[in-house]
Amino acid sequence: MKLTVWTYEGPPHVGAMRVATAMEGLHYVLHAPQGDTYADLLFTMIERRSKRPPVTYTTFQARDLGSDTAELFKTAAREAYERFRPQAMIVGSSCTAELLQDDPGGLASALALPIPVIPLDLPSYQKKENWGAAETFYRLVRAFAGAAGQRSAAEPRERRPGARPRCNLLGPTALGFRHRDDVREVTDLLGRMGVDVHVVAPLGATPADLARLGEADFNVALYPEVANVAAQWLKRTFGQPLVATVPIGVGATRDFVDEVARVAGVDPAPALAGEPSRLPWYSHSVDSTYLTGKRVFIFGDATHVLAAARVAAEEFGFTVAGLGTYSREFAREVREAARAHDVEALITDDYLEVEAAVADLQPELVLGTQMERHVAKRLGIPCAVISAPVHVQDYPARYSPQMGFEGANVLFDTWVHPLMMGLEEHLITMFRDDFEFHDGAAPSHLGTAALRADRASEPEPAVPSRLSADEAAIGWAEEAELELRKVPFFVRGKARRNTERFAHEQGVGLITVETLYDAKAHFSR
Amino acid sequence: MNCLTAHSPSDKGAVRNGRPLLRERGQHEVFCGLTGIIWLHRKIQDAFFLIVGSRTCAHLMQSAAGVMIFAEPRFGTAVIEERDLAGLADMHGELNRVVENLLDRRPDIRLLFLVGSCPSEVIKLDLERAAEHLSRAYAPDVRVLAYSGSGIETTFTQGEDACLASLVPVLPQEPDTADRSLLVVGTLPDVVEDQFLRLFTALGIEPVRFLPPRRSTDLPAVGPQTSFLLAQPFLDGTVRALEKRGAQRLAAPFPLGAEGTTAWLAAAAAAWGIDPERFQQATELGKKRAERALERYRDRLAGKRVFFFPDSQLEVPLARFLANELSVDLVEVGTPYFHQDYLAPEVDLLPPDVTLSEGQHVDKQLERCRAARPDLVVCGLGLANPLEAEGLTTKWSIELVFSPIQGYEQAGDLAELFAQPLDRRQRLGV
Ligand code: SF4
Ligand code: SF4
Repeated sequence: MKLTVWTYEGPPHVGAMRVATAMEGLHYVLHAPQGDTYADLLFTMIERRSKRPPVTYTTFQARDLGSDTAELFKTAAREAYERFRPQAMIVGSSCTAELLQDDPGGLASALALPIPVIPLDLPSYQKKENWGAAETFYRLVRAFAGAAGQRSAAEPRERRPGARPRCNLLGPTALGFRHRDDVREVTDLLGRMGVDVHVVAPLGATPADLARLGEADFNVALYPEVANVAAQWLKRTFGQPLVATVPIGVGATRDFVDEVARVAGVDPAPALAGEPSRLPWYSHSVDSTYLTGKRVFIFGDATHVLAAARVAAEEFGFTVAGLGTYSREFAREVREAARAHDVEALITDDYLEVEAAVADLQPELVLGTQMERHVAKRLGIPCAVISAPVHVQDYPARYSPQMGFEGANVLFDTWVHPLMMGLEEHLITMFRDDFEFHDGAAPSHLGTAALRADRASEPEPAVPSRLSADEAAIGWAEEAELELRKVPFFVRGKARRNTERFAHEQGVGLITVETLYDAKAHFSR
Repeated sequence: MNCLTAHSPSDKGAVRNGRPLLRERGQHEVFCGLTGIIWLHRKIQDAFFLIVGSRTCAHLMQSAAGVMIFAEPRFGTAVIEERDLAGLADMHGELNRVVENLLDRRPDIRLLFLVGSCPSEVIKLDLERAAEHLSRAYAPDVRVLAYSGSGIETTFTQGEDACLASLVPVLPQEPDTADRSLLVVGTLPDVVEDQFLRLFTALGIEPVRFLPPRRSTDLPAVGPQTSFLLAQPFLDGTVRALEKRGAQRLAAPFPLGAEGTTAWLAAAAAAWGIDPERFQQATELGKKRAERALERYRDRLAGKRVFFFPDSQLEVPLARFLANELSVDLVEVGTPYFHQDYLAPEVDLLPPDVTLSEGQHVDKQLERCRAARPDLVVCGLGLANPLEAEGLTTKWSIELVFSPIQGYEQAGDLAELFAQPLDRRQRLGV
């Protein structure tokens, strides 16, 4: 048993819903109690989808237990078929139904519906949402692409002479972080190289589209968390090479273009010509001096975290102060990346641990999920959202991809937005005693009144501190406190912690102005 | 625990309080009782709600809260894992460990609810016993109680009923010699409670106590001298538990709108034998204010056709308010559970030709709704945007549960909640 307050991932059947809701012509009959219908609102409210997810819940009750929950399932499946007339159906259990062991797959096949019915086995007490999405997608791909006929992996893939190479884009789902926009951006990018997108799946695909997956020349796994299992199977079954670079950031997008060019045998030049992204120049412009070396903490799903670490270091000149993921399936990759940045990876799905790490590291920017947004807000640290889970405001009305060259522009804007602009930060440091540049001053484009009100109403962060009792016992001389207050507020937390740590190491009981500056000298590189 | 509807697919023959009632069985699109924790944990400020359930339950709480209540909320889920399912003995140990960690971390907690879920019910985890055991272990600092908010036994607001019912046996005994006392049962926002308290004082009714209390250290006493008024219609289990303690229920409509509030107060006044003049004096001002506030909305709402999907069991009183005080036309009033004893005074006030439905077959109900093309649909979050996209105007029903809507001073706010969506649609030119 594990105490959980906020979770990064839902149960695995929610992952299956993300696949089903992304697709067309597919219906999901879920053996589940009534409360589980809450999952609909994730799609209709958070993502603002205008249609109900294609899911029928059996909503069995206590009185049905032991007598006729199986009958209830059959009725629900039969009625769902008649009402929605899908091309295919997936059936499965939520956590409660899993304990009943009614076998939705067997019950559905007994109905002999005139459409393919794919049973899902998603162990709710072991696995989570992304795993459920990947497994569901894999089962569907196997069922439909597999049925369309196999080809030996060894058989050379011949293209019709003169035909453009074709690839499938795998992994985008409903409720994904910017999936819809990423698909458009990557499709355009491939188009500029003369590569056509054959099938996008699951987003927008029908079961019939899945049957055509094997016809493409190669696959692109946009979101490995969801796509990898299916992509590996397609590789084995159809000999389709897999482009595994995720094109988030300028460098990764260039690598992606090169990899596609190699796999498809096309010229990368048209996609790279000109200045496809403004990010490199923006990062080189002098204003960005103030970004250099900013300490950033990164947490989210593995795909976005791995990409963000590279972008932060190579394309913004940030220092990666902490890196972690809740995607345990990709712990190895994230650990490797963390090593490259000389930090220890935080692999956890407990947001309290993440909060403690942020409080401890006092980064100057947090890149994370909606959970980190809250954590950062409480700690008064700027934050930008880079990964699911996200909330309604992270489904913007405007085109806002993360991938490709336009995606890199979006990254620049969204990561820099919560920070002080360079010149502004400079002025604050120069005039820090000026009334207009007082502590509460937010970046001028963010609306100071709102921020001040916010801070006033927010409770003191009761952050689990990692300071030892010794460190906490260290006192501050009054003039040292006053001096500390002259440090700009956005680095003050860090200065306080560093000084206390220094004092502790030096065995100093009372921090004076001297200690403060000794510590500053000690920690400055 | 309240069970839902009879197990017949669609039973058109049923009759309630002399009204035809459409009873349906099919997919329910309603939250489970766990959701009540969202308001209960704000109300009882030193209580913690520990759900013993699955990742689904934790995810529900996070999603249904809509916004995340940060600063560490006073609820959480002990998520059952594969290895817990291997052996039951181990599970009690695990639960003890979770509780120990929790109470270490939150020394401010004085009342801990172990809240059962579908998985804990299906594997027959005995939370009552666990609660007794833990209560002994942590006495006198922390009291531990158990109730079920599972979706197989409770629908949305019935979770509050189960919670309050679990509190009743531990309420202090009121001495038989005590004066007569009034207990108001069902969660009300603090501001509403304070308003009612002033009204009762003006009527000369005291002492007045509230269940649930704001702090677990202020549990109201009950006994044969207690009369109680329901502030919410979904409290059947709590009513029965209180009656077992000798308390008597005062039948009344619910305090929504000027009419409902007056009738609700009048039920108490009658029991206390308050003379009509004093009643008139005490309530006149509030009643007038409410009527004035409603006046502003009558133009905007009169004649509008409203359809209620089942959600909180507040549907019948809300419909009565809309029909009688704002001249709204009711198309269908769906409720998850129609409790005739508590709704009888409401139904008496309803216009004669209203379709009442109990239970749900969501797809059939959607068909009826689309066919009727109402001006306003009151429904849950899963249905609202899809219906808006079809050109219907909707009001999220959950807001009616989370907002202060009871009493004279909130009558206008309540009307505003229904008027807003109509206003939005009317203003938009795109
Ligand atoms: S319906 Fe049951 S399993 Fe689902 S969230 Fe509610 S208590 Fe948990
Ligand atoms: S504050 Fe933001 S992230 Fe948190 S719940 Fe609200 S909208 Fe979502």
